[in-house]
Amino acid sequence: MEFAYTDEERMMLQMARDFAEKEVKPLAKEVDKEHKYPAATVKKMGELGLMGVSVPVEYEGSGMSNICYAIAIEEISRHCAATGVIMSVNNSLACDPVKIFGTEEQKQKYLADMASGRKLGCLGLTESNAGSDAANLSTTAVLNGDEWIINGRKIFITNGNEADYSVVIAITDKAQGHRGLSAFIVDLDNPGFSVGTVEDKLGIRGSSTAELVFEDCRIPKENLLGEVGKGFKIALTTLDGGRIGIASQALGIARAAIEDAAAYAKERVQFGKPIAKLQAIQWMLADLSTHYEAARLLTHRAAYLKDQGQPFGKEAAMAKLMAAETAMKAATQGIQILGGYGYTTDYPMERYFRDAKITEIYEGTSEIMRLVIATNILK
Amino acid sequence: MKIVACIKQTFDTEAKIVVGGDGQISDEGVNMIVNPYDEYAVEEAIRTKEKDGGEVVVVTVGGDKAQEALRYCLAMGADRAFLINDPALVGADSRAVSVALAKLLSDKEAGFDVIFTGKEAVDDGAAQVPSQLAARLDLAQANVVTDCEISDGKATATREIDGGSETLELTLPALISAQKGLNEVRYPSLPGIMKAKRKPLEVLSLADLGLSADDVASKVELVVAELPPARKAGQRLTGEVDEVVAKLVQLLQEEAKVI
Amino acid sequence: MSIVVCVEQRDQNLRKITFEALSEGKRLAVASGKTLKALLIGSGVAHLADELKKYGVDEIAVVDNEALAVYTVESYAAVLAAYIVHETPALVLLGHSAIGKELAPRAAAKADCGLVSDCIEVSSADGDYLFKHPIYAGKAIGSFKVAGPTRMATLRPNVFPIEESEGAAGAVVDFAPEIPAAKVTVTGSEMSSGDRPELTEADIICSGGRGLGGSEGFKLIEDLADALGAAVGSSRAAVDAGWREHAAQVGQTGKVVSPNLYVAAGISGAIQHLAGMGSSKFIVGINKDEEANIFNVADYGIEGDLNKVIPALIEKLKEVQ
Ligand SMILES: Cc1cc2nc3c(=O)[nH]c(=O)nc-3n(C[C@H](O)[C@H](O)[C@H](O)COP(=O)(O)OP(=O)(O)OC[C@H]3O[C@@H](n4cnc5c(N)ncnc54)[C@H](O)[C@@H]3O)c2cc1C
Ligand SMILES: Cc1cc2nc3c(=O)[nH]c(=O)nc-3n(C[C@H](O)[C@H](O)[C@H](O)COP(=O)(O)OP(=O)(O)OC[C@H]3O[C@@H](n4cnc5c(N)ncnc54)[C@H](O)[C@@H]3O)c2cc1C
Ligand SMILES: Cc1cc2nc3c(=O)[nH]c(=O)nc-3n(C[C@H](O)[C@H](O)[C@H](O)COP(=O)(O)OP(=O)(O)OC[C@H]3O[C@@H](n4cnc5c(N)ncnc54)[C@H](O)[C@@H]3O)c2cc1C
Repeated sequence: MEFAYTDEERMMLQMARDFAEKEVKPLAKEVDKEHKYPAATVKKMGELGLMGVSVPVEYEGSGMSNICYAIAIEEISRHCAATGVIMSVNNSLACDPVKIFGTEEQKQKYLADMASGRKLGCLGLTESNAGSDAANLSTTAVLNGDEWIINGRKIFITNGNEADYSVVIAITDKAQGHRGLSAFIVDLDNPGFSVGTVEDKLGIRGSSTAELVFEDCRIPKENLLGEVGKGFKIALTTLDGGRIGIASQALGIARAAIEDAAAYAKERVQFGKPIAKLQAIQWMLADLSTHYEAARLLTHRAAYLKDQGQPFGKEAAMAKLMAAETAMKAATQGIQILGGYGYTTDYPMERYFRDAKITEIYEGTSEIMRLVIATNILK
Repeated sequence: MKIVACIKQTFDTEAKIVVGGDGQISDEGVNMIVNPYDEYAVEEAIRTKEKDGGEVVVVTVGGDKAQEALRYCLAMGADRAFLINDPALVGADSRAVSVALAKLLSDKEAGFDVIFTGKEAVDDGAAQVPSQLAARLDLAQANVVTDCEISDGKATATREIDGGSETLELTLPALISAQKGLNEVRYPSLPGIMKAKRKPLEVLSLADLGLSADDVASKVELVVAELPPARKAGQRLTGEVDEVVAKLVQLLQEEAKVI
Repeated sequence: MSIVVCVEQRDQNLRKITFEALSEGKRLAVASGKTLKALLIGSGVAHLADELKKYGVDEIAVVDNEALAVYTVESYAAVLAAYIVHETPALVLLGHSAIGKELAPRAAAKADCGLVSDCIEVSSADGDYLFKHPIYAGKAIGSFKVAGPTRMATLRPNVFPIEESEGAAGAVVDFAPEIPAAKVTVTGSEMSSGDRPELTEADIICSGGRGLGGSEGFKLIEDLADALGAAVGSSRAAVDAGWREHAAQVGQTGKVVSPNLYVAAGISGAIQHLAGMGSSKFIVGINKDEEANIFNVADYGIEGDLNKVIPALIEKLKEVQ
């Protein structure tokens, strides 16, 4: 077993850390406060190859491993979790399904655009009646001559307000249940498409969470992704990979909370000494660091398995569960360590706290992660 | 054009300095980076290549770990790299470093048009290698350069001097040492990182260069390193602005005697 | 044997660092039983020798040549190296100024001497010298020894006290080495405007940081600097924001300064900033954040809004002057 970085992983870490400190950190507060989509940063990330990390070079990706991908997301999210999820969704939820299930033409046409950062992608799965129960969709796609006609509403879609392309899961045969779902690539320039409600939310406020509205949205027949009836499988496979991204995002938030809390504790003097000398504070930091390291190992192992082409669904679920809960705990205790200052917006800790919560919800709630893990170990 | 960039791997500027029992600085667990000024040098080298064509060769004198720094420069866009690594160069002074560099650049890698270096290394802060190297290669040089233009066998460089700036015209080949402001350093792109793995990085010993340990004998020896006495916080002046200001002026006059 | 100070002049004005180097040279010459010599390089500079005599110089070697009218490191280093070879001094001192920083190493390579840059202390013992030079941006101090016969050092400006001394001969001799054909031409120069002193030479520096809120905020710092006869410095945050040019940046990747008084207003006191001004004799910190790190190093800390404190301070200074 090897626990050392390869040359490329080390360079990735250094570059992403540098980029995050210089380009992402200075904007994070504004991005959060003003719900501002960091368009310029996303453009730069595209130019650097961060929007298609593990997409092959022939489709204008960077051709790197999933471990590199995990490292990059963590570094970006260390300073801005909103920027982190924008990147994660484009890489995992939009590029990945096209990379895995797309035809050569689809890859040339859509994957290259998204991987290079010229275009932004999203995944439209969730609906008002289909959250954790993701198969319970209402959106339909009907084949009409050379076109599929899509009707329905997707909610809570990350990047929905800015995206150029969406992978959309819709019903093609209601009678077949989850085997009657299919996946499509939709160019959102389409006149049958509009953005509905854009959510106002607790955290990751620089990333849009939008409603995708399809009204007789006609797309070419060849935009079916994979086979008819394989939509649910495509969605689940996609989410397995996405969880590596969200686990990494959570790791970034957790690390931010731990590092900031430790730095503060060393400086804040109460009762005549820095509070870092108090065992109560030390134990919090010790436990958090341990959880963080454990979550990171789980995440990198899931990424490793994915790189090896081995099953990684259970591991990715474990990684996301552990990382998300660690992020939430680290931010909660981080505020505790900062005391009243942690509760104010003078310090980013309260932002970490608000951002951390979503990692326990999207791409499968923590309950669903436990369900996935249990199903795997009990089968 | 053949463009050379000399780089040094240094401690991260945030690194905490620890002096070991031997009175020398310990590098255990320290994050190493490319000397920040050398990033400007590499960037300028790559930009020059992008404008005029040619190749960028990065060179360092250092230990095994310095390969990481070279790979980073290759990922930024340099084409080839050399690491001069030899037991006889451990603890080398600026003289030794510049002798080794000069030998490589006048012999095996002769024929360059311009050498870019940083204006100084942030660890030792000596700012000696560029001038020593230029002297040994008998090159025109411009130091602490904030603007540089290369064309028609000439370099035009604007550099900082005490209290202002000056513009020099140098006949190539020449050496330019980079100051912050020369350019904005790019991040290595991910495809750049992938390509760097396959770019040539050659490790050379002194023997490979045709040098002996005597040739690179250091003249300067670090006897001992110490941490400086910590500066103590002084007094806090509190109260109404007028009172505080009056108190400060009084202290500056009577205690500090600086005004 | 001798100790040689390489004189720095610009446009026929002697630089303050030269007096500092001569004073230190004299102390070391006395302590180690050497003569003190000065090397004066330029064109039409012979008359400057008189002023050098005040520092107890035994001999002044003058290299006066039209080819040296404009300073270039190539030609001056060739002269200095030739003099070192000719004289074989025990020690050669220069200022760690923009000129000294490049002239010393170029000459050292040509004359094959060891050089310690940016020294804050030089001492002599048993016929040898020990040089203290801050490394890692002042986070450590190295003590260096240099193999003889000739050792070279550049001295950090504003660290070595200036002292005149009498009783030395001050004989003036000519020295006329060969001067190489120039491969460099100086096509222009521009001195920053204003009568404020140069940052690295200033006795007092007023610096501003992000807390000034904008380039207009620097007006306050300039007014304060004028009231104190000070130079104006800046943190990197203020430079990066474009409020001040990089030449004004103090710190690890800016200038290293050691004035008698350093006033830091709206500067948090990041480790990289401290690296550039931590050796100032007195530091005043003005910051509205009671926990700002600058207060951990400031001799006098004022917690308050600089927009109120600085105008009041300027008023008070005008009152007492
Ligand atoms: C900011 C944000 C961004 C999002 N981005 C996207 C996106 O890009 N694309 C997309 O398709 N979707 C996206 N979503 C949707 C997200 O994936 C869903 O919100 C999530 O899967 C949970 O679904 P739900 O909100 O309907 O909750 P519900 O499914 O209604 O869950 C409510 C509660 O019941 C629990 N629960 C439900 N079922 C079970 C069970 N079987 N066992 C135990 N407990 C259970 C849940 O864990 C939860 O605690 C996003 C959501 C948000 C808030
Ligand atoms: C902890 C410590 C201990 C030291 N111990 C000794 C000692 O015992 N004896 C001694 O004489 N010196 C010692 N030195 C000095 C040091 O090893 C050499 O002086 C150094 O290699 C030369 O670099 P510099 O710091 O003078 O670089 P500078 O001259 O300040 O660097 C300017 C530029 O020169 C180029 N450059 C510098 N070094 C290299 C390099 N290695 N390869 C390629 N290009 C380079 C870079 O472009 C750089 O930006 C020590 C330094 C440190 C930090
Ligand atoms: C490799 C590297 C090299 C670096 N080199 C340098 C360098 O050479 N020099 C340098 O300076 N930095 C350098 N830095 C940057 C350094 O880390 C800090 O970011 C920088 O010094 C911060 O500048 P600042 O103090 O002006 O800004 P901040 O840290 O933002 O501080 C502003 C301060 O102003 C105070 N303030 C705000 N409003 C008011 C008011 N109305 N009245 C009073 N106070 C107020 C605030 O409380 C705060 O303390 C370097 C960093 C790196 C990574």
